Amino acid sequence: MKVLVPVKRVIDYNVKVKVQADGSGVDLANVKMSMNPFDEIAVEEAIRLKEAGVASEVVVVSIGEKKATDTIRNALAMGADRGILVTEDQGVDIEPLAVAKILAKVVEEESPELVILGKQAIDNDMNATGQMLAALLGWGQATFASEVKIEDGKAVVTREVDGGLQTISVSLPAIVTTDLRLNEPRYASLPNIMKAKKKPLDEKTAADYGVDTAPRLTVVTTEEPAGREAGIKVGSVDELVAKLKEGGLV
Amino acid sequence: MAVLLLAEVAGGALAVDATAKAATAGAKLGDVTVLVCGPSSAADEAAKIDGVSKVLVADDAAYANGLAENLADLIVSLAGDYSHIIAPATTTGKNVLPRVAALLDVMVLSEVIEVVDADTFKRPVYAGNAIQTVKSGDATKVITFRTSTFDAAGLSGSASVEAAAGAGDKGLSSFVEDKVAESDRPELTSAKIVVSGGRGVGSEESFSIIEALADKLGAAVGASRAAVDSGFAPNDWQVGQTGKVVAPELYIACGISGAIQHLAGMKDSKVIVAINKDEEAPIFQVADFGLVADLFDAVPELTEKL
Repeated sequence: MKVLVPVKRVIDYNVKVKVQADGSGVDLANVKMSMNPFDEIAVEEAIRLKEAGVASEVVVVSIGEKKATDTIRNALAMGADRGILVTEDQGVDIEPLAVAKILAKVVEEESPELVILGKQAIDNDMNATGQMLAALLGWGQATFASEVKIEDGKAVVTREVDGGLQTISVSLPAIVTTDLRLNEPRYASLPNIMKAKKKPLDEKTAADYGVDTAPRLTVVTTEEPAGREAGIKVGSVDELVAKLKEGGLV
Repeated sequence: MAVLLLAEVAGGALAVDATAKAATAGAKLGDVTVLVCGPSSAADEAAKIDGVSKVLVADDAAYANGLAENLADLIVSLAGDYSHIIAPATTTGKNVLPRVAALLDVMVLSEVIEVVDADTFKRPVYAGNAIQTVKSGDATKVITFRTSTFDAAGLSGSASVEAAAGAGDKGLSSFVEDKVAESDRPELTSAKIVVSGGRGVGSEESFSIIEALADKLGAAVGASRAAVDSGFAPNDWQVGQTGKVVAPELYIACGISGAIQHLAGMKDSKVIVAINKDEEAPIFQVADFGLVADLFDAVPELTEKL
């Protein structure tokens, strides 16, 4: 079984983003970029399926500017087998719908039985690409996964839902999106980082797939969120209780 | 403008709070029709939400467990009559609506916090560190609304209820089981008071002191991502950009440093109390009342004195 894992290059999750004063966006110049954390979990899950003898090959694909090569190499160093880079540099974030359309074409070419994606990218926070890809392919979807078992042509997936956990069974081929507790991604070792440089990496462009990536949403402005003023420090529990009672809060 | 709102149904009952909050957002866009995928009792509840003009009910086993494939097809079959298709940004809404959007060849707008006009919306990006105003050029707008930023509509309405028929089960996925956390505590996203613990709580056992304070106050229990990652608390307690977004009257953060991703999930709370032994913790920058103290002393004392 071949597993396809799309990965996105995003601003590192430890970086405090700065909104540009003119409202045009966030400052991405000289900022550390990394693989989207939810995508790292997706790569890890695919590699574990391969190590367990369930998956035969793990292919990673990234869509974006040329620098996304680093993100693919990172996944290859973790243990993925080969990469596909689809370059599309329009200077703005490519929307999930366009990404899903490109991925649908990649799926057509590669015929994976399972596509594992991060549930959301930590830049646009859309939480949409996996669901959209499932729709375009007419496949079943199991989003926000905390456990994935492959058995009898199905993926049995436990999902993180509002009230607790839900388990569903999805016929393969299928889409799975990862939540935080699915696994803990490994660090790539130095020898594996060296080996990853020799793993195959194909380069394509969005135009090769005939997909129109023009955005449907126009970003009018990007602003700082409304701030919140710090209040007061209280000296004791008694003082805190008094303040809460004063405010009619308890 | 006509709006189709996918009601939140959990365990065969209408989740009134989430649905009524999304109804408030929907009313800013036009005439709201609520689609209830569940029993007629849930539809009758939805009919009471103020501002709802009609309720469509699809009482079919295929829709009972929120399976995205079946629900999305049902919504798409109804979509022609509506300019906006909306849902509360629950795990169900976020699972189903992007699928609907792709089937309609439109973009989805996730976790919208403000309606500017019929095409323009505000939504948080970068874990709430920036707010984007986006204008959609699509024919149909598909939107999930972050419920914590909208007040729930009242419950004095009496909309008509009609049956909606869909194609039923596509057979792509099937429901196996729910493991719903049994609790007498209020639901996290609609609770008036939330007591949360962070990494500082130190262990799963020690979380009992957080729970004791919550129970004393009739509050819901929350946790930071650090506490969840460390195995101190279950994931459905997680408050933050990757968990639940809450805005209670009172939020008590115990042993929580105040990472950006956590603040994104609770900074709209009316009053924030922080108890942390590190006086430099960023949580104090958003707290109305800060107490620099060891939570293992302060939280039991607070529980006793309230």
